[in-house]
Amino acid sequence: MALTGLEIYKLLPKTNCKDCGFPTCLAFAMKLAAKQAELSACPHVTEEAKTALESASAPPIHLIKLGDDEHKIEVGNETELHRHNKTFYHMPGLLVRVRDDQPLTEVEELASQVDGYSVDYVGLTLNLDGVAVQSVSEDPSTFANCVKAVRAKTKRALILLAENPEVMEAGLAEVEGTTPLIYAATAENAEAMATLATEHNAPLAIRANGLEALAELVKELKDAGVENMVLDPGARDFHDSLVLLTQIRRLALEAKPDRLLGYPVITFPGEGTESKAEESMLASQHIAKYSSLIVLDHFDPAIAYPLLALRQNIYTDPRQPVQVTPGIYEINEPGSDDQLLITTNFSITYFSVANEVEASGRPAWLLIADSEGLSVLTGWAAGKFDADKIATTVKTSGISEKVGHKKLVIPGAVSVLSGELEDELGGWQIIVGPREAVDIPAFMKLWEA
Amino acid sequence: MLTPWATIPLISAIIQPATPGTYDTDLEGVAVMAVAVAIPKKKWTGQVRDVVLGATEADGGTRSKTVSVGGEGTLPFLDFEAPMPNAPRVAVEIKDRRPDDWSPILLEAWGDFMDDPAEWAKAVEKLDVDLLLLSISLTDAEGSETTAEQARSTVRKVLDSTGLPLVVFGPGQTEKDIEILVAVAEEAAGERIVLGVCDDKNYKTIVAAAMAHGHLVDARAAMDVNLAKQLNILISDVGLPLDRVLMDPTTAALGYGVEYGYSAMERLRLAALQGDGMTQQPMLVTPGEEAWRMKEAKVGEDVPEAWGDWEERAISWETLTATTLVQSGADVVVLRHPESVRRIKDLISKLWKKGE
Ligand code: B12
Ligand code: SF4
Repeated sequence: MALTGLEIYKLLPKTNCKDCGFPTCLAFAMKLAAKQAELSACPHVTEEAKTALESASAPPIHLIKLGDDEHKIEVGNETELHRHNKTFYHMPGLLVRVRDDQPLTEVEELASQVDGYSVDYVGLTLNLDGVAVQSVSEDPSTFANCVKAVRAKTKRALILLAENPEVMEAGLAEVEGTTPLIYAATAENAEAMATLATEHNAPLAIRANGLEALAELVKELKDAGVENMVLDPGARDFHDSLVLLTQIRRLALEAKPDRLLGYPVITFPGEGTESKAEESMLASQHIAKYSSLIVLDHFDPAIAYPLLALRQNIYTDPRQPVQVTPGIYEINEPGSDDQLLITTNFSITYFSVANEVEASGRPAWLLIADSEGLSVLTGWAAGKFDADKIATTVKTSGISEKVGHKKLVIPGAVSVLSGELEDELGGWQIIVGPREAVDIPAFMKLWEA
Repeated sequence: MLTPWATIPLISAIIQPATPGTYDTDLEGVAVMAVAVAIPKKKWTGQVRDVVLGATEADGGTRSKTVSVGGEGTLPFLDFEAPMPNAPRVAVEIKDRRPDDWSPILLEAWGDFMDDPAEWAKAVEKLDVDLLLLSISLTDAEGSETTAEQARSTVRKVLDSTGLPLVVFGPGQTEKDIEILVAVAEEAAGERIVLGVCDDKNYKTIVAAAMAHGHLVDARAAMDVNLAKQLNILISDVGLPLDRVLMDPTTAALGYGVEYGYSAMERLRLAALQGDGMTQQPMLVTPGEEAWRMKEAKVGEDVPEAWGDWEERAISWETLTATTLVQSGADVVVLRHPESVRRIKDLISKLWKKGE
């Protein structure tokens, strides 16, 4: 958390010498707090104060990068407990775990499935972020082979999991040129793991049970020169991981000035649960509540899709609804006799409709009104998608020059607007479409120009 | 791709003032010393009201149990800072007749029970849930408008066939809701059922019916802290005590705006904990209805391969919507599929009172 003006003032020389260009130290402190001045403008500040001020202005949660340029993931740098206060910035990575005691063919198969998985959601292509490779064998060459097999199938981010530094080293040798996460340093192996992390310039996950043990280990590793860390507080079940992750987030944002726990957190929802269904619920809890790297033990498209959509939703900036540009959209190369439908420019609305029109296989014109990013009913209730707005859109869009007929399909949800619209758009016939977009293809089949 | 992305300025309605930073942490100014970590507890000054649904014989009803909701003095499940006396409750929605537009997956799950609300209600009771929500359709099976008499007799049948506390929703059109809920309130006099939805258009009549016959209301406002609060004020001004009001901040499905509901609920709950007495109602939300309207739950054919198995995806759509809402403060979640009920009960049993 950034320091207030008064807190900064306490760290300044308090001589009011004006060398910084401000009349008093307090005035300068206020400007610093508002980020309208640079600390370097004061030539008299002590080294000690400088360090304190710099560490207070660092982001409360370290930014950690994994993977190579093409498939980089960045986690951390969060500043909020609740998304509505501003936004959550860096979506948690979702990775799937393989184990080195599985047959290699199985490992390869899973790695390629994870690598190739992609799903369209409101015009975005959503992917999983990578693979976590676990050493169960405890044998360096078995682990190395497994890592190698995975690496051959995916260039996405990797997490290597082994407690034995020798095993870890063998795995790391297979991933030169990319940045994996090393999991994990514990009280037993911290020194050796720190050396590996430094040598390979890779972030290091550390695991300890509970906050104090974790903070102690962080301190030890920090002193050993490790900068990029990821935390595993050890909790595995629903309740304890909610509590511990919340506490870690609060400590990172609010405990000042020393933020020992200001690092992203990694979770393993499959470890605290007994089924794929339970794992999916715990993973969704982790998405909403403060995990930055989520390692799944099941890969199932029917679950990956909702998890990816949820992650997208929770990390949408609440200050900026996702919109598309209003205007005329041509779907399946329409001609002047083809159907004309209208909807709003809220991206979820637009894509629900556009995807169905496209799927119908029939050519059509889709007119997008500027509802300022509101859905059909929200827009209607807010006066941003009412009869006036629809009529104006039709008149000013230039659509009459493109279609030869005067028939406009409106969403079923605003069927009450049809009378008013026929009045405002003299000569046009208003057709009420279905309520839900799913039913659009069937509806379009009935069309006659 | 069809669309060039546009970044357009903010919608004014969405930028609401951030939660005021009025709550204290006992951390202010405290450094995390060496490695002694001070557990960051918030000192909340408010708590959610305790609301009791249903009346047993002792209180003049016929329910086999009553159900308490709300009462928490902290954010969901953070029982290290204040108690959460009641688990979030699971309700199951049934209709007065076989619905026309439900997903085939739901039709298969409930089968013939759907032809008789009394049988359907009994099947729900066997799932060992807390509450039953009966929603009345706009029209009957023949397509004529459902009459108040029909609604009354359905409610009677359902009351007679199960002992679960009941929530009754009208079809969702102001005039029709008033007509039906007034009759239902009379039929169920003394049972402490919840009448819904009660909104800014119908509240006077619905609240009067609740007061006359000893019921509660479900106060629904459109995902907005101030609207929710205002409706609570209006309802209490008419004279209904606030321990007979659930608030329903409206929800949307995963992928279709769940984040708006999630944040509206978090903001309402923070306001309640910070001591705002007009936001301290337990929250009821309807993830089942929302999730099952969506294509992901409704449609099994001609969908992308990446959507995976239809049934698993559909049930996940409902359960992950509900999980998210439970995490943001839902006190009652209304579900539709029996497997989702099983999963969400499992979730709640793993979250609730595990730290005490
Ligand atoms: C999320 C939401 C919001 C979000 C905004 C989201 C957004 N960007 O639009 C927020 C919280 C900001 C909001 C605010 C308000 N909301 Co609002 N909101 C909702 C909610 C929960 C979901 C809406 C949504 O996104 N649906 C998903 C999209 C994809 O649906 P859709 O656009 O309708 O599109 C579907 C169909 O219509 C169809 N379709 C779309 N286009 C077309 C075109 C054709 C030709 C066809 C055939 C079909 C078709 O396909 C889509 C998929 O099936 C609904 C309630 C609900 N659960 O539905 C209330 C709801 C829409 N809101 C409502 C209201 C009243 C408001 C406010 C006015 C409240 C207020 N006074 O503050 C404000 C207005 C905002 C403003 N002043 O700027 C009411 C509207 C009531 C009414 N019938 O008039 C609703 C219904 C809630 C309620 N029951 O009271 N809201
Ligand atoms: S230069 Fe430094 S010491 Fe002098 S007034 Fe500015 S802040 Fe104070």
